[in-house]
Order: sequence, then C-alpha cells, then structure tokens
Amino acid sequence: MEKASRRDFFKIIGATGATLLAGREAVASESHQPDNETIGMLYDATRCVGCKACMSACKRVNSDYGSLSYEQARFDPDGLWDAPQDLSGSTRTLIKLFKESDKQWSYIKYSCMHCQKPSCVSVCPVSAMTRDKVTGTVDYNKDTCIGCRYCQVACAFNIPKFQWNKAIPQIVKCDLCKNTNLLNKGITACAETCPTGAITFGKRKDLLAEANSRLNGNPGKYVNRIYGEKEVGGTNHLYLSGMEFNKLGLPVLKEAAPAEFSEKIQHTIYKGFIAPVALYSTLCFIALRNMKGNGGADEKQAGTSGPGEKHDEP
Amino acid sequence: MSHDEYQRHDARILTPSFIVLLTLTLIGLALIAVRFIKGIGAVSNMSDGYPWGIWITYDVATGTAIACGGYAMAILIYIRNRMHYHPMIRSAILTSMFGYGLAGFSVMVDVGRPWNAYNFFIPSKWQVNSAMFEVAVCVMAYTTVLLLEFLPAVLTTLEKTEWRTLQLLLDMLYARMGKERPEPIGDRLDKVKELAAWLKPRLDRVLIFIIVLGITLPTMHQSSLGSLLLIASTKLHPLWYTGFLPLLFLINCMFIGYSIAILESVISCYAFKRPFETKELSGMASIIPWLTVIWLTVVIGDLAWRGQLGAALSLDFYSRFFLLEFCLVAGGSLLMFSGKKRESIRWLFVSAVLIVLGGALYRFNVYLIGFNPGKGWHYFPALAELLITVGIVAFEILGYQVVVKILPVLPRLHTRQQLDAAAGHAAAEKE
Repeated sequence: MEKASRRDFFKIIGATGATLLAGREAVASESHQPDNETIGMLYDATRCVGCKACMSACKRVNSDYGSLSYEQARFDPDGLWDAPQDLSGSTRTLIKLFKESDKQWSYIKYSCMHCQKPSCVSVCPVSAMTRDKVTGTVDYNKDTCIGCRYCQVACAFNIPKFQWNKAIPQIVKCDLCKNTNLLNKGITACAETCPTGAITFGKRKDLLAEANSRLNGNPGKYVNRIYGEKEVGGTNHLYLSGMEFNKLGLPVLKEAAPAEFSEKIQHTIYKGFIAPVALYSTLCFIALRNMKGNGGADEKQAGTSGPGEKHDEP
Repeated sequence: MSHDEYQRHDARILTPSFIVLLTLTLIGLALIAVRFIKGIGAVSNMSDGYPWGIWITYDVATGTAIACGGYAMAILIYIRNRMHYHPMIRSAILTSMFGYGLAGFSVMVDVGRPWNAYNFFIPSKWQVNSAMFEVAVCVMAYTTVLLLEFLPAVLTTLEKTEWRTLQLLLDMLYARMGKERPEPIGDRLDKVKELAAWLKPRLDRVLIFIIVLGITLPTMHQSSLGSLLLIASTKLHPLWYTGFLPLLFLINCMFIGYSIAILESVISCYAFKRPFETKELSGMASIIPWLTVIWLTVVIGDLAWRGQLGAALSLDFYSRFFLLEFCLVAGGSLLMFSGKKRESIRWLFVSAVLIVLGGALYRFNVYLIGFNPGKGWHYFPALAELLITVGIVAFEILGYQVVVKILPVLPRLHTRQQLDAAAGHAAAEKE
C-alpha cells in the first residue's frame, strides 16, 4: 500500500517530465516558412540622412488612432520640439545615430519588425495582438488588451511599449499605418515621407529582391546580409546597413522563432486537453479508493473517529 | 470530512499585531489608489525593459508557490493516503486561499487594463498558445476551488451560530437611535441556518471531487508559471532558460508547499501558544528531501547537458545567485535527511526556512534576477511598489489571524492526555 501510493505520486511527476521531453524532441522537426507575399518595409541605413521626417510623419498621421503624443526634452521648457529618447508609450518609430568614430557612424530606424512568427501574438492571453494572415501585419487591439505586458517580456526586439504614466494605458507599437495612411494612400507614412528613399514599402518578396540587388551592386558598401531575412523565423521589416547590425541595437538572434519552441511544449502538455483530464481521473480514482479504505467517503463521519482513525486509536 | 477535527482558536482579535498589520494593509491600499489614479509609473520602477516587477515576481510567481501548502497537503492526504494529516489541512487551505486570492488581486493591480479581463470568459478571445491564458484561467478556477474547500468551516459555524455578536451590535445601534428593540435577530436568520444545514452534507458528498480538482489545477498552472518564461529565450540567462522550466516549477512548488505547511504550523503553534505538532511535521519533512533531490538532479543534469556548468561556477553576478539558490535548497534538504534533526522543531523550522528561501529565490532568479532585456535597462523596485506588496502580505497574515479566531480551522486538541504529551514535547524542545 505504502509503496503503491508512493509510486502513484511519482507517476505524476514522471508523466509531466515525459511529456516535456517529448516536446523537446519534436521541436527540431517542424519549422516555419516565411510568407513572402505579405507586406513590409526595407530600411537602408546607408541612405538615411537622419532628418527624422519619418518620425514626425508617423506622429502626425497616427497620433489620434495610435494614442501618440509629443515628448518634451529637458532643455526645452517651451515644448518646441518633439524629442523622444527611445521608442515609448508615445512614439512608434525612432531614428537613432550610432557613432563609433568621426568616420564610422550610421543612422538606424527602430519600429515593429512585424515578425512572421511573432512572439507577442503567441503569448497574448486574450488575442489582443494578432497577425493578419494576408498582409502579415502584427496589429494591436486596445479594446481587448488587459495590459499584462507579456508581449513586452516576449519580444526579442523590445518593441511593444507601455504607457506607464497614464491611468488608462495601452500598448503602443507600429501597425504599418493599417488604419490610417495605408488605408488612405496605400503606403506607410514613414515610407511616403522619406526624402532619400531609405525606407521602401512593398511586398516582402520584392523587398528581398531589391535588397539583394543593392547588396550585389555595391558589395563594399554593405554588410553582406539582410537583417530580418532569417532572424526569428523572418521579419517583414528588413534592414541593410554598412555597419554590423548588433552595433546598431539590432540583437543577434537565432533563425528559429522562440514562439515555436514555447508553443510546442505548451501544445504537447495540453494536446486535446487529454493530459489534464487523464490526470484528474487518475487522481479521482486513487483518492476515492483511499477514502473507501478509510471508512467510506459517502457516509457521514460523525463522532470523533474520523478518517484519521488509523493513528488516533491507541 | 469530520468537522470535529477542527476547533476555533479562542483569543482576542484586536491584538497589537492586528493593528500593525492593519496599518500596513491600509498604506498598501492607499498606494494602490494612487496607482489607479496616476498610472503604474507613479508608484513603480517598472519599465519597458522590465515590464514585470516585484508584483508579478513575488505576489504571483512566488506567492502562489508559497500558497501551495493546501496543494501539497491534499496530495499527501488524499493521494498518498495519509489520513492522519487530515486535521492539518484546513489551516493549509486557508493560507492557500489567501495566497491565491491575493495573487489574483495583485494581478488586477498590475495589469494596465483590468476592465478588459472579462475577455478570459469569451471563447473567441481565448488564446490557448499563451501560457498566461492557462495560468489565468487555472488560478481563477483554483481560487474558486479553494473557497469551496473552505466552505465547510463556514457552514459548520453558521449551523451553530446564535448571532451573538450581530445581536450585540444591533442592540447597541437600536439603543443609540432610541428605538424599541425588535425580536431577536437570530429568529429571523433561521433560514440561513437551515440553508447551511441543508448544504453541508451535500457539499461533503461531492467535496472529494472538488479536492481532486484542487490537486489537478495547481499541477497545471504551477508548471505553466515556468512555461511563461519559455518565450524569453533571448532575455533569460542560460543558467535558468531551459525546456525543463515547467517541470522545475512544478517540483519547486511541491517542496515549497510542504515546507510552508511546516512553517505555518510551527509559527501558528508558537504564536497561539499551542503544543507543536512535531510527529506530523517530522513525517511530512521526510518527503521534502526526495522532492528536492529530484529537483536538484534535474537542475544539474540539465545544466550539464546544455554545457552550462562552467557558467554556474564562474562566480559572476548570475552564478552567485544561482549558487545561493542551489545551496539554500540543498542545505535545507541535507538537514531534513537526518531523522534526528527532523524530530526537533527548531531544526525543522530552520531547514524549512532554508528550502522556502531557496525555492523562492529560484523563482526570483527566473522572473527578475536572471532576466536581462538588453543594455541600458535596470530595475529595482520603488518604495511604493514594495509597500503595495508588503500591504498585500500583511493582509494575508491579518486575514489568517482573524479567521482562525472566528472559524474552526486549527486542528482540535483532542484529549487532555494528548495535550499534556504535546506540551511535554514543547517543553523538551525548549531545553
């Protein structure tokens, strides 16, 4: 009896462990293929002159819909400039300058990468983050969002931003002007505004072709790869640059999407909800048998000789 | 189950500790009000790099593990068939109920848009890929289960109550208002008594199925608390990032659960001047080392397999926290392996404290200390943020203190003889 119940107990742990291991094995086999018909943007850091017209266009177009606002700098008491330091709860896109020396420098544009297999969509508990199957746009719905900020924890690029100082906050991130400029003019505001052609808007396959032709046309000018082509399963926001991408704040990432691994484990444990049901029925069986052995579960246990009789009796 | 196994602790409710805890709770509540008026940034140091701070790390991820006493006791009693522990379960369930209920409450403080939480009940919004969804639904369900498991204590009291306090209060109010005193309130509340008497046997009959649900749900969501960080493959330090996170969290909550059941019993016996339950506790303590040995084996085996043992011993910032967590759990377990030390309340207490600290530090390591979102981000909780957590913990202790003095929760001290024997134990302990 003693041994049997201990075995039952470890069975629970064993079963969970086994399912986890199975999940681990299965991960490598299946991988995600990028959909190149979806839309995105190509940012060419060598063409950017850092005028920040894209930033102001983004705010002008999306301020109402995207809950964006101007950010005052400390040196600017009159609020003459919009001076965001980083992506934030009021800024969806940002140009930064990385300067290694007087000759070695580059601008870089930050905004949502619109991953092919987005972590934020995978982790959102209430489907407030969604990826449009046709356009590939990763969108956010504040009317569903509970504000748990799991998307922020999950995003390898630290893109989703939260409005920390508002009583009614929301997540802020680029949605490719889905409800504003793209709807009205068929192009994102930043790409439309860019005076130097550093931002190209289009289908992912065209962007990749364009990027490859630039790489081939000017081999010495660029780092010889397209950032976002393979990272975390492919992104729809692609980058070309003359400097190493990780120096510009774009993290070094593996080709597998993190969401594939985590979902695999979650799916293995909860496949068809079989494991939890099996666990519940097994435990019920054991518990009922134990109760029977101790004088029955259904009878009212009046008096002092309760289920603890085994040890209470002298 | 037999309700004669439990008794109310007859003592004053308004003690000095009551006042202190109430003050801390009220400070916490005031700061929560500030958070809802001015936003989360006004009271916390959380940032876009560290979107989860001490509230999620302590109140939810660690607090629910500390509230696993009820879960661990239920496995022991109903699955491993140790019915003689049954008198201890109600107080364990009470702590679990407060732990989980308040974890849910602090989530509502932590999330930015709590009014949208109804989406968890709308099937079209369900996102089953998300470990967070699983955790949220399971925690809500388990809190309900805990309330049902605790209901018998309330029903027994309702059945027998004479509404004396309520009567006194009403008498005083009527006297104040100068009105004539109507018939005794108890007569008018007979319906409540009848309902309680009707409900109790029916609840007793299905209770075992609810209890088993109360074992299944924590098994699910405690492992999912580990799964939550599986997505953060680039941010969580390799010492802790592993596919075994769910398994490690599950075993972790079990040994924390048993240890906290020991601590809770020792502390409440000490505070309420009751004899220590040494025999039961040392029996329970014999399980813990086996769980920790499995846990430590998985931790080491996994580190070796991923080639991270060097990183674990490198003595850098992360390695130190890892070693501290490891030594606390291993040290506590070593103490508990010794049968002789298990007979001593003092050693039981020390080893249980070490294991709870180590197990809790593991969760802190995974959620905060080992979490690095990239250059330029730092997090240390703000004072107001800490005080909100302190307020919530204070309310937990306060609630426990008050409820055991109102409802039959603590194990009944059976006979004079047993009481004397236990007192003898306690006396021997002090020498």
